[in-house]
Amino acid sequence: MKRLFLLGLFVMATAVNYAGGYRVSLQGQRGLAMGHTGVAVVNNAELAFFNPAGLVFLEDKINAAVGVSAVFSDVVWQNEEYGQMARTDSPVGTPFYAYFSYKLSEKFSVGLAAYTPYGSSVEWEKDWAGSHLVNDIELAAIYVQALASYKITDNLAVGGGPIYVSGSVNFNRNLNRTLTDLEGNRTNVTVDASGVSAFGWSAGAMWSPIDSLNIGVNYRSEIIVKAEDGDADFQNVPNSPLTAFPDTTFDAELPLPAELTIGASYQLNDKWLFAFDYNRTFWGVYESLDVDFAAPGTPDSFNPREYEDSSIYRFGLQYTANDMFTLRAGYYFDESPVQSGYFAPETPRNDSNNFTGGLSVNITDSVAIDVSFLYSKFKEIDESYDYYQENGQNVPFEGTYKSSAFVPGLGVTIKI
Amino acid sequence: MKNYFKYIAILALGVVSCEPELDNPIEDGNVYSNGEADFSNYVALGNSLTAGYADGSLYITGQENSYPNILASKFALTQETMDFTQPLVNDNVGGLLLGGNQIAEPRFVLAGESLATARPARYNGTPTTEVSNKLSGPFGNMGVPGAKSYHLLAPGYGSVAGVATGAANPYFARFASSETTTVLADAIAQNPTFFTLWIGNNDVLSYATSGGVGVYQENVTDFTQYGPNDITDANAFAFVYNSLVSQLAGESGLGAEGVLINIPNVTDIPFFNVVPVNPIPLDAATAGALNAQFGAYNTQILPGLVQAGLLTEAEANSRKITFAESSQNFVTLVDEDLTDISGVLQQPPFSLDAQTAGLLGQLRQATPSDLIPLTSASFIGTTVNNNPMLVNGVSVPLSDQHVLTASEQALVAQVTAQYNGAIASIAQNYSLGLVDANSLLATIGADGGTLYDGVPVSSAFVTGGAFSLDGVHLTPRGYAVIANEIVNEINATYSADVPGVDVGSYGTVTINNNVQ
Repeated sequence: MKRLFLLGLFVMATAVNYAGGYRVSLQGQRGLAMGHTGVAVVNNAELAFFNPAGLVFLEDKINAAVGVSAVFSDVVWQNEEYGQMARTDSPVGTPFYAYFSYKLSEKFSVGLAAYTPYGSSVEWEKDWAGSHLVNDIELAAIYVQALASYKITDNLAVGGGPIYVSGSVNFNRNLNRTLTDLEGNRTNVTVDASGVSAFGWSAGAMWSPIDSLNIGVNYRSEIIVKAEDGDADFQNVPNSPLTAFPDTTFDAELPLPAELTIGASYQLNDKWLFAFDYNRTFWGVYESLDVDFAAPGTPDSFNPREYEDSSIYRFGLQYTANDMFTLRAGYYFDESPVQSGYFAPETPRNDSNNFTGGLSVNITDSVAIDVSFLYSKFKEIDESYDYYQENGQNVPFEGTYKSSAFVPGLGVTIKI
Repeated sequence: MKNYFKYIAILALGVVSCEPELDNPIEDGNVYSNGEADFSNYVALGNSLTAGYADGSLYITGQENSYPNILASKFALTQETMDFTQPLVNDNVGGLLLGGNQIAEPRFVLAGESLATARPARYNGTPTTEVSNKLSGPFGNMGVPGAKSYHLLAPGYGSVAGVATGAANPYFARFASSETTTVLADAIAQNPTFFTLWIGNNDVLSYATSGGVGVYQENVTDFTQYGPNDITDANAFAFVYNSLVSQLAGESGLGAEGVLINIPNVTDIPFFNVVPVNPIPLDAATAGALNAQFGAYNTQILPGLVQAGLLTEAEANSRKITFAESSQNFVTLVDEDLTDISGVLQQPPFSLDAQTAGLLGQLRQATPSDLIPLTSASFIGTTVNNNPMLVNGVSVPLSDQHVLTASEQALVAQVTAQYNGAIASIAQNYSLGLVDANSLLATIGADGGTLYDGVPVSSAFVTGGAFSLDGVHLTPRGYAVIANEIVNEINATYSADVPGVDVGSYGTVTINNNVQ
């Protein structure tokens, strides 16, 4: 374990990218408490997300897990050259999950899952120095998935199923750094789209070469959410044909990238379980956020992002204290897909070190309460977004950023 | 079980206060330094440029973007400072009321259907700022639009009663502490620890913008004899300026630290660089008719006067009037620096009638050295009494107010240089900072302007970004450039570390089609 941990530190030190994006890894309190590992852990219905292949390995006939987290996440920014600073006052995010599986036979289980793996909620002070990039953004995607899990042999299973996504976005920014109406109110635009649906799938496999060791792999497909005819609402537009920004509709695309996870878990004895997961998130698909406004005179908005694929290294351990209590702890290193020079304040995330913990309390034989917490530690970083343009000129927006996140979570596991 | 929930609750509470903190946050006050200066009580003295006047008017957002207000926000990052206060007007319409009657017009906005046809026009709004509605100060921004150097020392300059008679200034009357006080007295009463002074522009500018209608009051030190468009005597200016600074910075005065800002050349402002001297379009027939009209004048009268020794050959040549089939004919004007020949022309051998002789008396055609004020743009080409034969600037020469002639420009430039010489030596005598606004605006006036973080700022009218729609005063971006320069000077003079100004985030001209 110690060696594994050192390896993790080494990997962390050599990582050169910046981290985060709008992936929210909170898909199960038990998994999260162990560093959000789980692709090779047979624990409860959270497998519906982590690796549906494992559902058939669950001992009970009916398994369910529901939970919700409260994301307290904030960012502070300052620019020393000009003496500017700003702090987000982001609303508390509440990602949730609900998983259910039913064992039809010894070899076959089916399931249903709903979870929110992508989302973002950032609210800067209105008209802050970076308001030409973002005032506030609220991004949510609910995944609903039907699942099947099939045991090929006693120690090998596969699983997966189709995903339906319902996404929504609400994004406000000022049109540029200076445009105002006569009263000095900044001209801004809100784009809003909800109920945008899309489809995808996930599939996994789990293999248990010996009783104490599980190895898992899981892949969730890329899903491109296409907002069509969303509402674009322009506010405080100067009264002039020179600034013709009528309220209109817009089309835009946002990719929810594919994710590949491989991992292993090892049951040392009755008390101790170790888990390791490696995630590769295929962020490379997020090249640009382009908003195509329907009104012919309204210039479209092109915002290069140029994300790159990124990795997350997760470590978890579980200690079964007695029949009632199970304690968990974990760590993961989250590498940012955001490249230097593309650090936009709508998802201002650099690499993070994440510490997790939690416990389960078995209230009855079939009901347990799952509690977890996550603390994300970000290093302070000097970064810029260099691709905002005014009059054909790139106008960088730069400064020193620091983020923090603290996420307590609560869930219930049921097995009958 | 209960206990676990308790711990969770404690953890959750811990989170709420778990805000990210930077290693060296500027809000802690350790990043910047006031150096040897003390910004704790900053007062700005000056004229419209200090007040934040723009677009031919004083309005709230203009005041909010005044360079003193920008500076004060930066000073506050270096040390504990008093809140910087400004005598804000009542609206963003601009203009003034006195006893309910409008005495100053609303602001200019950029109006038009396309960028090519957009022009400045007065906003169609009703001013609501009543001069007699006195504000209670004190105010850190003591900038008074229209003030000349000696006005800052003039008792009663802020008298509401004096506004109607022209003896007082309506902008100062709004916030003067009494009917008899002076601008300087109200500034000194605040006991400033730091000041900026940008005064003297109007001492030459009002002469220039009036097309040189006033006179140079050389060696006249009694300011009560000065007309509004006269140029202040350079020695008198130096005396007044020294008096202002000695009371603010002198050992027998407040001993405050500060920065002096010198006077730009009036010819660097768009007000004189928008209207060309040759804007007259003529077709062949009209040009021919006009040339026939002036034929005898060019070929007989002028050579005759040279022969008679009344004009030099050079002056005679400069007085010739010729038109061509072109869109670029030069305007005609009355130049009071020319020899007045109207009397001679009424006598033999010319024997012209009084009206014609009067027309030709000091007539010439403009040259590329002349400048036309922006305000004359709407006048040139209009007709007198709807008579198509009487076209202003063509058959009817422009009067003095519509042209700043080369000799008038030379006078303004000479006096400006004298003022700036005085300001520089006073800055040195009192060990104050000196901002060379003269070269700064000259640089901005050069081709393409100056780049600030990739944002070009130039003195091109409407599009350049530095000058507001009145062609004289600055935009918020222009004032930010000044503020940035003052910060640089403060940092150099007082070994301070005041953060710079993000010029590109300040706006330029306001677009609106609701115009008069």
